[in-house]
Parts: sequence; structure tokens; C-alpha cells
Amino acid sequence: MVENTTSGPKQPHSMKQTRSQRQAAKIIDATSMGWKLILFKIVVLGLLCATAVYAALVLFMNDRWLIGSLVVLGAVALTWIYLQRGALPAKYLAPGLVFLLIFQIFVVLYSGYVAFTNYGTGHNSTKEHAVHAIMLQTQDRVPDSPTYQLSVFEEAGELLTSDELYFAVTTADGTAMIGADEQPLEPLEGAVLDEGRVVAAEGYELLSFAELLNRQQEVTNLVVPISEDPNDGYLRTQDGQRAYQYTSRYEYDESADTMTNTETGEVYRDTGEGAFANESGEQLMPGWQINVGMDNFVRAVTEDSIRGPLIYVTLWTFAFAFLSVATTFILGLFLAVVFNDRRMKSRKYYRLVMILPYAFPGFLSALVWAGMMNQEFGFINNVLFGGAAIPWLTDPWLAKLSILIVNLWLGFPYMFLVCTGALQAIPEELSEAAQMDGAKPFQAFRSIKLPLLLTAIAPLLISSFAFNFNNFNLVYMLTGGGPRDVSAGVNVGSTDILISMVYKVAFVGSQADYGLASAFSILIFIIVGTISVIAFRKTKSFEELN
Amino acid sequence: MRAKPEGLLRLTALLGVSALALTACGGNGENGTTDEETDATENGGAEQTADDNGEELDASGELTVWVDADRAEVLADAASDFEADTGIAVNLVQQDFGEIRDQFVSQVPTGEGPDIAVGAHDWLGVLVTNGVVAPVELGDAAGDFEDVAVAAWSYDDQVYGVPYSIENIALLRNADLVDEAPESFEEMIQLGEESGATYPFVVGLDPNEADPYHLYPFQMSFGSPVFGQNEDGTYNPEDLQLGNEGGIEFADWLAEQGQAGVLNTNIDSDLAEENFNDGSAAFQLTGPWNVPSALEAGINVEVDFIPSAGDQDAQPFAGVQGFFLSAQSDNTLAATTFLVDYIGSPEVQTALYEVGGRAPALSESFEAALADDEIVAGFGEVGAEAVPMPSVPEMGAVWDFWGATQAAIINGDGDPAQLWEQMAEDVEGAIE
Repeated sequence: MVENTTSGPKQPHSMKQTRSQRQAAKIIDATSMGWKLILFKIVVLGLLCATAVYAALVLFMNDRWLIGSLVVLGAVALTWIYLQRGALPAKYLAPGLVFLLIFQIFVVLYSGYVAFTNYGTGHNSTKEHAVHAIMLQTQDRVPDSPTYQLSVFEEAGELLTSDELYFAVTTADGTAMIGADEQPLEPLEGAVLDEGRVVAAEGYELLSFAELLNRQQEVTNLVVPISEDPNDGYLRTQDGQRAYQYTSRYEYDESADTMTNTETGEVYRDTGEGAFANESGEQLMPGWQINVGMDNFVRAVTEDSIRGPLIYVTLWTFAFAFLSVATTFILGLFLAVVFNDRRMKSRKYYRLVMILPYAFPGFLSALVWAGMMNQEFGFINNVLFGGAAIPWLTDPWLAKLSILIVNLWLGFPYMFLVCTGALQAIPEELSEAAQMDGAKPFQAFRSIKLPLLLTAIAPLLISSFAFNFNNFNLVYMLTGGGPRDVSAGVNVGSTDILISMVYKVAFVGSQADYGLASAFSILIFIIVGTISVIAFRKTKSFEELN
Repeated sequence: MRAKPEGLLRLTALLGVSALALTACGGNGENGTTDEETDATENGGAEQTADDNGEELDASGELTVWVDADRAEVLADAASDFEADTGIAVNLVQQDFGEIRDQFVSQVPTGEGPDIAVGAHDWLGVLVTNGVVAPVELGDAAGDFEDVAVAAWSYDDQVYGVPYSIENIALLRNADLVDEAPESFEEMIQLGEESGATYPFVVGLDPNEADPYHLYPFQMSFGSPVFGQNEDGTYNPEDLQLGNEGGIEFADWLAEQGQAGVLNTNIDSDLAEENFNDGSAAFQLTGPWNVPSALEAGINVEVDFIPSAGDQDAQPFAGVQGFFLSAQSDNTLAATTFLVDYIGSPEVQTALYEVGGRAPALSESFEAALADDEIVAGFGEVGAEAVPMPSVPEMGAVWDFWGATQAAIINGDGDPAQLWEQMAEDVEGAIE
């Protein structure tokens, strides 16, 4: 019993010791690591929170409540994720999610929002800004009116004076005049003149240039009538030194919300189209941004000048994306099979050369190709075709072919790479077994290797399709969308794809229409998204087959 | 061991949030008035102290100016002068010149835009239609600038900026091959052919879009401007002159020259430059941007007037660069002073000329620059006779159709007169 009692605890004791020793070592290890980790955590999260607090304060001060609160929420969420134990998936995913939110979700949502507005040239800002701009732009200087040497005064006296500002000017015959807001110019008694400028006046105090700058909004907003007759116009200044005589072409009536032309008496109203318009529909620019509902989408499918090119361009975009994937895949696969054959010598070097087109920036290659395809001086016509004048880039059909050829050059190395990788992952025994069973090499390839290969490659083919659907660089750099059919009367060329058409709508020329361009982008997003979803479903069934 | 990947993750997280914050800062604020309000109260306070103490106080505040890299250095001097004189700091923000127009249009409404920006006069249509630019009253100073510069910066009876340089194309002649300036287009071709050069005359054209900008002087020489001009020199977009009789004559002329191989859409601007620089072209129609490379290649360059192909003067387009004022600026007074009295001063205009090598817009500096440099004098003399490139937004519709039709005519794809008329109709349709 004694032995039992002594040996009993002894054995577990020794075991315990080793276990606790191991544990102790672990704890020491972990605490030393943990100590650094915790410090690191605190520093980084502290910096993050400090940045977020600063950003939020700035945002709140500028009345950007929504974005400010989002910054605070984001910082709180990140701090919470990294300070708690566990939640390992969240710790790994959080940074990616932050980027996803900023660079993808936000962009998509914002484009979606713009697609329902009339945002574009002439509808750039708020109504308030538009009214301000119209008033500025239509303030005409009275023809042949003089430049008035201006001094700005305020009432003298320590107390009980108003902060009202006065404009003092001298007329052509040297009389000093003074006036203020709604107080027409009147002769100024006791004025001291210096080189035609009023420098002192009884009962008034001259504002120095520094004071002018401090009150510049008041000074530049001050309107001093020339006389009781409003047709004479008014004095305004932009720099506090010189005043000019102006009349306004338009008058804004805030209560009725109308613009009235002071010359013709014509009234422009806010007709709900984002601009002031008169009876006959003529609009005053600038207008402002409004929500137009589905208008942009309706226009895309009903307006003839848009619908025609849109259908044509959509068809070509599909053809281009599909043919690009098909040609690059076939060539890439062929080369991959060839260079995968063990009998081929120096495969390593050939492979290296094959990847070269992929190593050059695509837009650069496109530019070089554009030069090589020059009808008269290009390398292709001059050297390869012995001086023939083949219009590679100026004939509508040849230009399409040229785009596909250049894209084949740019795209096959990628397909070659992924096919090589996939082929090497397929065990050689499979084709050997097939050959043992009497299959010819091509048959073995077609019924054994190709299905296996496609399983691995299919998702890449789909993403390649999506990429080529929006392959803006190539089109823009090689043909710019041209050549155009000059008799068609639309600014869309025969190699324009949807995304380059969107670019033209949004950014080319001086009539940008971001609303319509965003609506197109949404349509493209829906097309590419739908095709990708369907195709990915299909590839899943591929996997089930095997 | 585990600290590393997690550290990386955290760094990324930090970057992510800073990016979020930055995006937020750049995002659109819906309220531009708060700034004004705070300014107003600040100003009110300042004015109180002025009253109480009766002593002069320093102005405070800041002007933000968007400027491209080349101009920044010159403006830095003007800015420090301005700050010394007025107490208002000028914050120069460098931007890519090509980006400024669109950035300005989208940033001004958010309140993040500058007070002043540098730009080209043909942006005015877009800037004015979007209501982001304010007129600048030059007053009597308008007479101190070259007429074409002020006309270019005028839009709908208002002047919208202070111009600083005039840019235009002219005829470059290889003086080693041809020693006299040609009087007419035919004479130029004849002189070029006699010189033994491979190409008597080159001008860079695009195979699909030709180049209406470079071909415009010839079109003008047939009496076919794009738009009719109002009395004050501004363009009237309702008076499209593109398709007039002179235009048709010009179209026929284009077809002729295309057939003769004088105009060749396969010679793009790079090839044109190359041929002129290696001495195989006697004349090149181009802008001052191609002169340095020609001089470097050892070509004896002379700048001549563009010879007329029709019976009128061959006036090119002038592009005028200048500085303009934001419609939402809170510092109009300071900004206008900086624009008119500093950027409009001979010192700054001359300094800007020395950096950019384009003829200055201020007459005083213009004369000085012309006396200073033969090349600039050559371009400047042509520029003084040039017509401003139309800045009306309707011009966008013209560009859309103009070049493609010219290319088709030069390449002989169809009847020139018919194509030209069709283009004029399409442009008219697009404008409406």
C-alpha cells in the first residue's frame, strides 16, 4: 500500500513535471512573443484609431456626417476584430474587405447612383451653384463705361456704427461720389483726393488693403447702384481697387424660382429637367444635377442615335471577346502540348521566348503594332508583303482582324502558361494507359487529357472572356475604335467595343454625359456578370462529371 | 514566427483605413457653405479688433492655385512676392496639365477645388457650361494683352482668365534645302521638289482621323472657318460655316493633294518629325514643340508664314494658355489681385515665357520675346494673325466628325464634295 501510495503519485508526478515543464516553456515562449505582439498590436491599432479620429473630426467639421461615421465605424470594427481572441477568419479577411469596400463596392454603387442622374456637362453641381454661376456669367459690363478708381470705406466712430461698407469713386469730371448697398451714388462732401482716388472722407474711415482682404466676401458681394434708375446698372469690384459698371442680363426671383431676362422679359422656370427653361424649351446653362430615374436606360434603348451603335457595338464586343479567348486558347494549348513533349529538345528556352510577349506592357505592344500595321511605312506591308498597300487599320473588316491578331499575340502566352501548368499536373500514366488500350495519341489527348485540362482551365477561360469584354487598352491604343463609317453620322467606329464607347460618351469631346456612360457601365456589368455566373455553373457540372 | 504575417495584415489594415479616410476626404461634400460661414464669422471678429485698436492688421488666409510642373517654379516667385505684399499665402498645388480641366470641373462643386488654376482657353466651353469658372474683369489691362489672347479667353461677352502664352503652328523650313519663304502652297511644293528632298512638304496626319487642327490654315485660306464670328471676335455656334462654298473647294483640294501624295495619312506626326529632322523633307507644318528636336538634329530651321492654298490668308488656330478663377472661390478679391497684378505683370509673363518657350500674351513681354529669339518671333508673328480655336462646347460635335471625313477624302474614299456636305449636316445635327 505504502509502495502503492508512494509510487502511485510518483509516476504521475514525474509525468506532470515534464508536462508542466513543457507547458512552462511554452508559456515563456508565448509570453515573450505575446509581449512583442501585444505591443505591436497596441501601437498599430493606436495609430489606426488616431488616424481615424483625426479623419472623423475633420469630416464632422465639414458636415460630412455619413462618411465621418463610416470612418468611426470602420475603425471600431477593426479594433474589435484584432483585440479579441479568436475570430481568426475575420482577422485575415478584414484588410481585404476594407479594400473591396473602397475600390469595388463603393465604385459600383456610385456608378449605379450616377446612372440614375443627369450628371454630365452642364449638370455638374447643385441648383444653388448653378444660380450663382448664371448670375456671375451674365453680369455684363456697360459698354464704354470707365474704370472707377475705388476706395472702400466704413463709417467712422468708435461705437454704435454699423459695419456697412461704402464704395467711394471719382467720376470723369473729378467729383467724389459715395454709395452703399441699396444707396445709389451721391456726392461726397469733404473728400480728400490723391491721384484721382478718394483717400479720406469726413465721417468715414478708409479700409486698408489687409482689411479688404479680411472682408473680401463682403467687398466682392457689394452691389452699389449708380443712380435711382436701375437701368444705369451698378458698381461692383473684384479686387477692391477698381470698380466697374455692370448690368445683369438675368434676374433671379427666389420666391417664384424663376430667372427673368431683363432685356426681353422672358421668364425661365425650373421645369424639373435640371435647368431653367423658357416656354419654347430653350435652356439656360449651367443647369444642375437631378435624379432622372430610368431615363438614361430608356434613352439607351429608344433613342435612335444611341440604340443603333449600341446594338452593333454589343455584337462586335461579344464576337471580339469570344474570338479572342478562342484563338489565344487554341494557340496557347497547341504550344503547351508541343513544348510538353519530352522528345522536344531545349524546351526551357523555347518556353522562355514564348512568354516574352506577356512580359511587355500591353499598351506598348499595341502602339508598336499600330506602327507596324501602317499601310505605307509599316513593317508588315513593307517587309512581309513586299510593299503591298494593305489597309490593316483603315478597312473596317481588316481592322477587326488586326485587333484579333494583336490580341492573339498579347494573349497566347497567358494561355500557354496556364495550359502548361495544367498539362504537367495530369499524370503521364493516364495517356500511357490509354495507349495500352489501343487509343491513338490524338484520341487519347481528346478524350482523356482535354476534359481534365478543361476542368482546371475553364474558370480562367471565363475570366479571360470577362477581361477581353472590357479590353479597353488594346482598342484605344491600336485603332482608337476606328475606322469610322463617315456616312453613318455617329461617332462610333467599327472596332469600338462597349467599354471604349462608354469612354467616348463620358470623356471625349466637350459634352460629357456621365449619367448615360454609367448606365452603359451598369449594362456591361450585368452582361458580364450574367455570363460569368452561367459559365461558372457550367464548370461546376464539369467537376461533377469527373 | 506568427508575428510576421499578422504584422503584415495589420499594416494592410492600417493602409486600408488611411485609404478610406483619404477617399472620404476627397469625396463630395454636399455643403459648400460652411466654409463661407466660418470665414464670415472669422472676418467679423477680425474687423472688430481692427475697429477697437485702430491699427493695421495683417491679412490672413490662403489662395490655392493648381499649376503644372513647368509653371510651378515661376509662380513660386510670384507667390512669395504676393505673400510679402499682402500677407496672403499662395499654396501651389502641382497637377498634370491634361487632368486639370476635368478635375476642376468635378472638384469645384465639392468645395475642394482651387481658387485659381492654369489651363487652355479651349476648355472654356466646358468650364462655363458647368458653371465652375468666374469672369475676371481685366478692365483697362485688357488692352495690354495681344488681341488674340484676350479674344481667346472671352466667352459670351466675358473674359474668363488672364492669358500668359500663345501657341500656334507655323511652317518650318529647312533653310539648307530651300532658301526663300514660299508665297503660296503650290510654290512651296515646287520649291520643295526642286530642293531634291524626298518629301517637299510633310504634316503629321492620322490614318483614321487626319488632323483638322493642322489642316485648318488651308481650310481658312479657302474662306471656310468653322463658325461665323460675332462682332467682338467670339464665335457664334449657330452660324456653322464649315459646309460653305469655301469648304467644298477645300474638300476638292484635299482630294487632289491626297491623290498627288502631298497629303498622306500614313505619315503620322512621328514620321513627319523624323523625315524633317533627317533632312528628307523640305517643309514641315507643325508647332513649336517639334523645333527643339529639329535643332538638335542639326537642321537649319526657319519659321515661315503658312502659305495659302486658296485665295485668303492661311490663319492657323491659336491656343492660348492662361489662369482662371473658380466660381466658388471664397477669396475672390485676393485671387483677382494675384491674377491681374501678379500673373498679368511683365516680369511673370516673361518668366513664364522663358520656361515654356511660347510667345507671351502680354504685349510688352511679347515684343521683348520676339526680339529675343528668332524661332519664337517666327511663331509669334504667325500667332498674332491666328484665330482663336473655338471654345464653345458645340466644337466637340465638330471634332467628332471633322477628322474622319478629312481622312476619308484624302484617302479618296468617295466624292469629296458629297462627304464634306454630309459631314456639315452631321455636325449640324449633332449640335442640335
